[in-house]
Amino acid sequence: MTEEIIIAGFGGQGVLSMGKILAYSGIMQDQEVSWMPSYGPEMRGGTANVTVIVSDDRISSPVLNFYDTAIILNQQSMDKFEKTVKPGGLLLFDPNGITHPPQRKDIKIFKIEAARLSAEMGNTKIFNMVVLGAYLKLKPIVKLENVIRGLKKSIPERYHKLIPMNEEALTMGMANSVEIFPA
Amino acid sequence: MGELKLMKGNEAIAEAAIRAGVDAYFGYPITPQSEVIEYLMAEQPENRTGMVVLQAESELAAINMVYGAAAAGKKVFTSSSSPGISLYQEGISYIAGAELPCVIANVVRGGPGLGTIQPSQADYFQSTKGGGHGDYRLYVLAPSSVQEMADFIQLGFDIAYKYRNPVMIQSDGMIGQMMEKVELADQRPRWTDEEIKQMHDSWAAFGKGDHRERNIITSLDLDSSKQEKHNHHLQAKYRKMEENEVLFEEINCEDADYLIVAYGSSARISMKSVDLARAKGIKVGLFRPITLYPFPMKQLNAYVGKVKAILSVEMSAGQLIEDVKLAVECNIPVKHFGRYGGMIHSPEEVLTALENLIKGE
Amino acid sequence: MDIKDIVKEENLVYSKTNLMTNNVLSYCPGCGHGTAHRIIMEVIDELGLQSQTIGVAPVGCSVLAYDFMNIDMIQAAHGRAPAVATGLKRTMPDKCIFTYQGDGDLAAIGTAETIHVCNRGEDITMFFINNGIYGMTGGQMAPTTLEGMKTATSPYGRDLKKMGNPLKITELIAQLPGTYYVTRQAVHTPAAVRKTKKAVFKAFEVQKEKKGISFVEIVSNCNSGWKLPPVKANQWMVEHMFPFYPMGDIKVDGHLVNSNKAEVKS
Repeated sequence: MTEEIIIAGFGGQGVLSMGKILAYSGIMQDQEVSWMPSYGPEMRGGTANVTVIVSDDRISSPVLNFYDTAIILNQQSMDKFEKTVKPGGLLLFDPNGITHPPQRKDIKIFKIEAARLSAEMGNTKIFNMVVLGAYLKLKPIVKLENVIRGLKKSIPERYHKLIPMNEEALTMGMANSVEIFPA
Repeated sequence: MGELKLMKGNEAIAEAAIRAGVDAYFGYPITPQSEVIEYLMAEQPENRTGMVVLQAESELAAINMVYGAAAAGKKVFTSSSSPGISLYQEGISYIAGAELPCVIANVVRGGPGLGTIQPSQADYFQSTKGGGHGDYRLYVLAPSSVQEMADFIQLGFDIAYKYRNPVMIQSDGMIGQMMEKVELADQRPRWTDEEIKQMHDSWAAFGKGDHRERNIITSLDLDSSKQEKHNHHLQAKYRKMEENEVLFEEINCEDADYLIVAYGSSARISMKSVDLARAKGIKVGLFRPITLYPFPMKQLNAYVGKVKAILSVEMSAGQLIEDVKLAVECNIPVKHFGRYGGMIHSPEEVLTALENLIKGE
Repeated sequence: MDIKDIVKEENLVYSKTNLMTNNVLSYCPGCGHGTAHRIIMEVIDELGLQSQTIGVAPVGCSVLAYDFMNIDMIQAAHGRAPAVATGLKRTMPDKCIFTYQGDGDLAAIGTAETIHVCNRGEDITMFFINNGIYGMTGGQMAPTTLEGMKTATSPYGRDLKKMGNPLKITELIAQLPGTYYVTRQAVHTPAAVRKTKKAVFKAFEVQKEKKGISFVEIVSNCNSGWKLPPVKANQWMVEHMFPFYPMGDIKVDGHLVNSNKAEVKS
């Protein structure tokens, strides 16, 4: 199994940390992982993206042009990355702020209203965990228990009291993705 | 099995330095490697092992602090990125001339000049062909993963002390900034003063006892015949390294009609290109030099008569290719491909370049 | 009386410094470097610090200081001696570390290292030999060359408008909180030598107490560069160098001495 993922959105949406938690979850179940952020001038203008690869085998290129999955969290990222999903691949997006929804007919497209759901849960900081939950429901590449273990590894101990809330957010995400195409 | 962590290359090399029992780190912040000194400052290794960490006023000062501590037989590590490494060159030349062991990491960014903060491999010449003045060589390791960033610290110090020669770990912004799984070595104790005395009393400057003559650390000899003799000694040392310390990796090379030669992050990207090419039925292998100096000349030359052509891939306008050509002695056609100035080529671009090479374009 | 009577032990008033090697000094006859070397080595010997001391030699006339000083030594790149000394001291905090630098090394190319080593207050001792000229390269203008002074690169005399002002680096570093003892001495007379030796003693004592930088400037002559015979060179030094670079302590026990406070303000 090799899963090549791009996660893209605004800075502050927890894009990089979501990738990090996913990568740590892979380590927890003995997989190879890589996490390659965009940095420098690319990050100006508030966009952030990270390429995460989780694999049973040695990982080749940590930078890619095409992905098995694109997780897209703003319009700029949709413009840039919709076309990079491999045919038959997955595009997961939050419709919040998306003015031009994805049009591809050769990939699976799902939406997750993570911004709305996390606001309803009273904590917009768990937005990225809702998105991650939705993704893992669609592609269960790592087990939930390993995500929790990964979380513990990737956030400082003083925040470990927030883990139950993150778990709740993951569950919320898992239950709420909606298939857009083929619908 | 050692501790498993998800770390950036820059963090892994810093943690590995603490665990290798390094005595001191001297450095100056520069993107894309500032995480090295940031990690060390946050980690406070003085409390873990007694390791000293100091932010110098400049790269000029940093490399000369390295020179001073290394002169005393202490294990010293420093890191910088291309423009900073240019400033290091005077000190590196002195360190090589005075035959001091140390490990220097260059997390390469695009140039020339201030260039860009994005990844590049355009410092190949600087690392392997001198960089500073005079006839000297660094032992140059090119990690292609975060794991190798960590592992090459200990390997680097082993070589540095075996040959009393500076070692360069040449990565780039990609390896430095990306996170991967890394298995960390167990903590090694730092050498005690007594151990240093036992091992390095013949040359190190830590105070002259009555039992020996004074030790002088210098690269100067105004008597040219002596300086030539010293140079002969250095050259003999480099020949030994060439004979004994070459490292490389071959991936899918057994049945290959074509070779991609690439190191570091370009090798990682090219691994994917090899997969893509093999899926199309192209028999291509990847030859990855792990030591850039000494370059695996003989090992690459062994492909003469076996492969039809070589694609030399690097994030520069063509520096590695000169060693590739030297290695195969014009017996295999060699072409260069690479993006540069901070641009990273994609696996697909490398594949296209390979297909063009096969077509004879 | 024959010569054997004269060289008897009880008639001995002076002998070769223990910690000076038998190598013939490479300095010009009359140069102050040899005396400065001797004083430093005498003090290290008297303090019993030979096995604990590592010296850092500069680039300049004293580049070969390690040929004459019988201790472990390191030859540093031009201007970088303070950085080399920092590397030594940080990894061996209980050893005695000193730099020995000329004016070009310490006050021109190495100004940043000088300022920062003093500002960090490294526990090292710095010896600064100021003769107002680049001796080794053949008498070019130094940062400390006086106004109107003729050198190979100021053949019509130092023109302050074109070439800048002579730099009082010692007064400058005395302002920094990391310096604890800063003094200016000379070695042209037996009295001056005795004073300098006291200053060198004090400098190493300060280092032992880990109170920060101890800094001893020695204003010296350069007969070859100044193109004067030794005695005249010393006279010229007294008449011209000393008024601009006045003798005496500048900072003692971490406090600027009063006369110097006024000097710096003017």
